[in-house]
Amino acid sequence: MKKNSILTRHNTTGWLFASPGFGLMLLFIVIPFILAIAFSLTNQRLMSPNAAEFVGLENYTNMLDVGILVVDPEIDASGNILVDKNGDNKYPRLRKFTRNNPDYPNVQGMKEWFSFSWGEQKVAIMASDLVFMKALVNTLTFVAFVAPIQGALALILALLINQPLRGIQIFRSIYFMPVVVSIVVVSLLWRFIYDGQNGLLNSVLNTLTFGHFKAVDWLGNQDTALGSIMAMSIWQAVGFHMIIWLSGLQTISPTLYEAAKIEGASPWQTFRYVTWPGLRNTAVLVVIVITMQAFSLFAQIDVMTSGGPLDSTQTIVYQAVERGYGKQDISGGSAMSVVLFLLVLSISLLQRYLTREKN
Amino acid sequence: MKITKKLALTMLSASVLGSAFVSTSAFAKTDLSLWYHGAGNKVEAKVINQIVNDFNNSQDDWNVVLESFPQGSYNDSVVAAALANNLPDILDVDGPVMPNWAWAGYLRPLLIDEAKIADFLPGVKGYWDGKLYSIGLWDSAVAMMTRRSTLNEVGARIPTIDSPWTEEEFNDVLKKLKATGKYDYPLDLGMAESGEWFPYAFSPFLQSFGGDLIDRSTYKTAEGTLNGPEAIAFGEWWQSLFVNGYAPGNSQDPADHETGLLEGKYAMQWYGNWAALKNLNKFGDDALFLPAPDFGHGPKIGAASWQFGVSSASKHPQGASDFIEFALQDKYLAAFSDSIGVIPPTQSAAALTKNYRQGGALAVFYALSKAQALVRPVTPGYIVEAKVFEKALADIADGADVADTLDSAADEINADIEKNRGYSR
Repeated sequence: MKKNSILTRHNTTGWLFASPGFGLMLLFIVIPFILAIAFSLTNQRLMSPNAAEFVGLENYTNMLDVGILVVDPEIDASGNILVDKNGDNKYPRLRKFTRNNPDYPNVQGMKEWFSFSWGEQKVAIMASDLVFMKALVNTLTFVAFVAPIQGALALILALLINQPLRGIQIFRSIYFMPVVVSIVVVSLLWRFIYDGQNGLLNSVLNTLTFGHFKAVDWLGNQDTALGSIMAMSIWQAVGFHMIIWLSGLQTISPTLYEAAKIEGASPWQTFRYVTWPGLRNTAVLVVIVITMQAFSLFAQIDVMTSGGPLDSTQTIVYQAVERGYGKQDISGGSAMSVVLFLLVLSISLLQRYLTREKN
Repeated sequence: MKITKKLALTMLSASVLGSAFVSTSAFAKTDLSLWYHGAGNKVEAKVINQIVNDFNNSQDDWNVVLESFPQGSYNDSVVAAALANNLPDILDVDGPVMPNWAWAGYLRPLLIDEAKIADFLPGVKGYWDGKLYSIGLWDSAVAMMTRRSTLNEVGARIPTIDSPWTEEEFNDVLKKLKATGKYDYPLDLGMAESGEWFPYAFSPFLQSFGGDLIDRSTYKTAEGTLNGPEAIAFGEWWQSLFVNGYAPGNSQDPADHETGLLEGKYAMQWYGNWAALKNLNKFGDDALFLPAPDFGHGPKIGAASWQFGVSSASKHPQGASDFIEFALQDKYLAAFSDSIGVIPPTQSAAALTKNYRQGGALAVFYALSKAQALVRPVTPGYIVEAKVFEKALADIADGADVADTLDSAADEINADIEKNRGYSR
């Protein structure tokens, strides 16, 4: 066992070689991260003549506080419930309860997140930081759609280009091309593609349906904005994961495929019992990388929608930057990054647990 | 060995040359660094270089060294420099941002004889906390740009500065223009431009309705001014522009914003003096630059563009102030106006310019600045107020509930003021 060379046995040498990398990581990842945790417990500003003060968990409670408000419908003088023109019960405006109303101290300054009917009453879930809540939900939605779709598409592409055909390199390059182009440039181009009036997508759909397709303002519509950004993000990064899958595919020994052929396995059986088990570690890597990339969604939002319309594309990272830098609230932005970190960490740990070697 | 020797020699000679160069150029003169936001604009660079050279040749004490930054990253550079204790002596600052930098301790009051700027337009004088922190070499103004023939066609009255459109008149014009069916939209507000454009161009509408971003008597609360009945009336009107299809919303194509009026896609455009020349070139006498409508509390437009200030880090505030005072000569004010189309801040400088002199093609903008300009709230918290206002207007345009949105905006502004201990010193 003592075959190790002098370099690997001597600790100092190892550290010396690792030090440039470690130093950079320390400087640009570890220290800022520790600073973020520290800032999130203070009222630190980006620029201010006031010294920062320790405020405990105030930034976190301001961000995460939710409350419940139960509202009775409006009634007229004779006690009948008023209804609006759709036949639904009419309820008083919530600002009556949430603004300067000492009778409802638990929802002061909160905003309605969503509400549902409970008998005659309306139950409103209130959030003190509505934009953050929406950003949280949007980010999770984005990850939930992008991670599986992007991973699966990348695998399909990898299987397609893993064939020993003439000119297959050209296809590899084409699929990989969007990855090389800056995401900001790609986002700008897609902003034109998605344009609501004379965008490429609307024109194409219009031609394909012989003029029956009614133009959609893809990024200006609450229902389509986040989906449009998902589609574009999947397209942009799918080539990167395709290459990772491809490298995984090429580590699988051809003899296994030959054996499968001799045994008379169908293409699906070959994939299921030879290819997929051989891609196990690659799959773990791809899933974790896609998840982490998806959580850090920022550039597309910044270029294409700025979080709109009506917060339908707000994301945590975009809000963290907007607050910390745009509104100079470093402590609020830091608190948001810490929450994001905990979220990503727990999901990564869960993924590790679910994909662990069971034997 | 040979190569190293050669290299060493070159380096030696270079350093000798370098030191010789430095010693001649800085002979008995003290360097003053100047940061400017206009990198990449050649005509602008020509004017500012001219001023720097003239100043350096005009006296024997100071030598101003110019460094230009692209506008997009200028503010970031200044903030980073301030955090690293590396600010220049002289820097330029966007008017509404000035109080924030002054409050944060980046700027110091100017040492300029204030009698010299007595007849400057009010918008270019950067007063905060009773002191003059910055002064602009130009101002900008916004007008309702359209064509005489467009308005005549729908029988609309041509408003004047003394008698602008009322709210009813303005809405009526929009309705009639929409009814012609000739335009994609009657009015281009410039929604494609995000950022500072929103508070600069649209907060005057709110102020004309009687609301504001913040209560200017104390600068401590937005409650009641940003979400009071006047502000809600403004919000309802703002929303109606998009609901009625009078103006393109947030997803407006930037290319349409650029050329829509010229191509006849839009009938009117609410835009700044920097775009006025291309309208004149295209429409000639038919082009109109109209004053802001009066929504009840007088017609208003924004004021204050980029201005010069002296950093608190400067060891030579007198020299830095001298440079700024030197730049305030009419010939330079006129040169800026002629090269980049901005509004000169004095009547005498305006008289020297091509477009803003009496009877000049753009003289109306000087008059608009003089008659309607209102600076954005002069408070360090403006930076946050601007962001909050921008989001509120974008949301209302997208159909959000007006009162709730303005409530949220007022709450956010108040929370920020509280977090900053009232922005007092």
